Amino acid sequence: MQKFLVRRFLLAFVTLLSVSLIIFIMSRVSGDPRHIYLDDYSTQEDWDRMGAVLGLDKPYYQQYGIFLKGAFRGDFGESVREGRPVTEVVIERAPATLLLGAVAFTFSLLIGVPLGILSAVKRGTMMDAFGKFVALIGQSAPPFWLGIMLMFFFAVKMGWLPPYGKQDWNSIVLPAVTLGWYYAAANLRLVRSAMLDVLDSEYIKLARAKGVNSRAIIMKHAFRNALIPPLTFAGVTIGALVTGSLVVETVFAWPGLGRLAIEALFAFDYPLLQGVVITFTMIYITAAFVIDVAYAYVDPRIRYA
Amino acid sequence: MAADLSGIVIAPPTRSAKVAGIYRKFKRWPVIPVFLLGLVVFSGLFAPLISPHDPEKGELRERNIPPAWSSGEKATKTVVERMSINERTTTVTLSDAQKTDPAVQIGDQIEVFSRPAGSTKFLLGTDHLGRDVLSRVIYGARISLLVSIVTLAVGGSIGVVMGLAAGWYGGVVDEILMRLVDIKLAIPLILIALVLVITLGQSLWIIVTVLCLFIWPRFARQVRGEVLQLKHMDYVSLAKVSGASTARILFIHIFPGTINTLIVVATLQVGIVILLESTLSFLGAGVPPPTPAWGSMVADGRDKLAGGVWWISTFPGIAIMLTVMSLNLFGDWLRDTLDPRLRQLE
Repeated sequence: MQKFLVRRFLLAFVTLLSVSLIIFIMSRVSGDPRHIYLDDYSTQEDWDRMGAVLGLDKPYYQQYGIFLKGAFRGDFGESVREGRPVTEVVIERAPATLLLGAVAFTFSLLIGVPLGILSAVKRGTMMDAFGKFVALIGQSAPPFWLGIMLMFFFAVKMGWLPPYGKQDWNSIVLPAVTLGWYYAAANLRLVRSAMLDVLDSEYIKLARAKGVNSRAIIMKHAFRNALIPPLTFAGVTIGALVTGSLVVETVFAWPGLGRLAIEALFAFDYPLLQGVVITFTMIYITAAFVIDVAYAYVDPRIRYA
Repeated sequence: MAADLSGIVIAPPTRSAKVAGIYRKFKRWPVIPVFLLGLVVFSGLFAPLISPHDPEKGELRERNIPPAWSSGEKATKTVVERMSINERTTTVTLSDAQKTDPAVQIGDQIEVFSRPAGSTKFLLGTDHLGRDVLSRVIYGARISLLVSIVTLAVGGSIGVVMGLAAGWYGGVVDEILMRLVDIKLAIPLILIALVLVITLGQSLWIIVTVLCLFIWPRFARQVRGEVLQLKHMDYVSLAKVSGASTARILFIHIFPGTINTLIVVATLQVGIVILLESTLSFLGAGVPPPTPAWGSMVADGRDKLAGGVWWISTFPGIAIMLTVMSLNLFGDWLRDTLDPRLRQLE
């Protein structure tokens, strides 16, 4: 287990380092940052002084070193638009995104897992058809459109829920459902097919032959094993929820990191954008790491692979 | 002695059995998905011939007209001689009122359309610039088709080559490839696409490049897995012994064995590509306007919803949803038919 942990940790580190390199290259490809900081009235002297402050007079590999050194201390420079440290802005916005992601993730499990089990157990019935319908919509409807349609129906037409923003507790309902539906669909399909496989296995047949009642078989024997595929998928889910927040937060004006990224982008605020992208990556890597470890704990075969 | 069967009458199929038979047939052959996909391809290919209007030009006079079946809304308004801006919703000018009924006078209360009724001229209505929504949806299929075909060809080829190499050589090559896949999963590629579009300008080619970056790992992983199985087959060893070059073994002997799986993966990936492309154009990083793309049309109608103008966003969204849904259903069917082993991997 220890060896597995060390290897997994090193891999996470390598991934983070590569992502930081890609982000650094992108920020340099996109042009000299001094064009954003300085206006037409600046002199050559200002230009050079700024370059020295930002480390732009040094060769690229040293610039990357400076960027990394800052990043390790949690220092991503100053946001152009807000005139405050990037870290401060990111920390301010992160809770909203984490909350939205957590609610959406819970929603996807609460809908996907029970519906998946029911679809498998009652295979070929109306229940199964309903499950298929929910899954099909979730996997086919683009989230930005689904969000707009939900907003139009539940907020504009019916007036049951607030259309956008983050004020009352119920303003999270529409964004979380929009964000979570796709993953609910994925979980539903995974649980259903895993459940069908498990229900067909020898040890379930043995349990049935012994006369164990079918509720106990489903909950105790089948359900646990059917949870492994969704657990594996959870790593991907959390990463993708982060990306999904870009779209959903834009649609619902949710004050989180996704919207911050879009705002930073259209304001050409590259330091801020870098900070957000690195934060997204770290959230993903942490989640993937935790889930891999949990997975290895549940299923010993993984550890020795 | 043969059993006497003469007394047995085979009952004609009952109504419900007939329905069940039709249902089974539809289940066996993906009729509806294939029809819908055919419709999308047809729309894309023959857009100029079948669309009723120019998708990029509209009359401002004809903006926000609802779909043909909509009956419009009426409101009671007071006829005035001159209208002030803040009384626009409750008053109507004498000259406008006389167009419908020449007898009205100032001070009368009359019923007028606050929103026009739909007309058969614009079956799905018009957008905020008076452009025909139906024509734009038809033309929008072109962008989705073009992007998915190019992305699939380029991204798929990269993935296949990488997968062949990783599976065949193993070791370091394999490790590097798998790390690249990890990195791809960790980066919010949509953001990268947005950055590229903002700095380099909107273009089809940037979108295609980013989407290729997005889809190649799926192909690479699939092919790698297949190669790992196939490379120990006897016929591959035989080819090796008889002196075939590595390239020949990989492309002539191993690659054909992966094609079934690849077709399935490709079908399911096209759905994802279409979703991503429309997401990018929704966020303003798609093909530059006024070229119609489904995602940007949804974005166009977004801020009109509060005013009850729902049709600009709704129809292109339905187009995306039905296309992706058909691809998913068709892909599932292909998978069950061509390669049931894959079922586990989704």
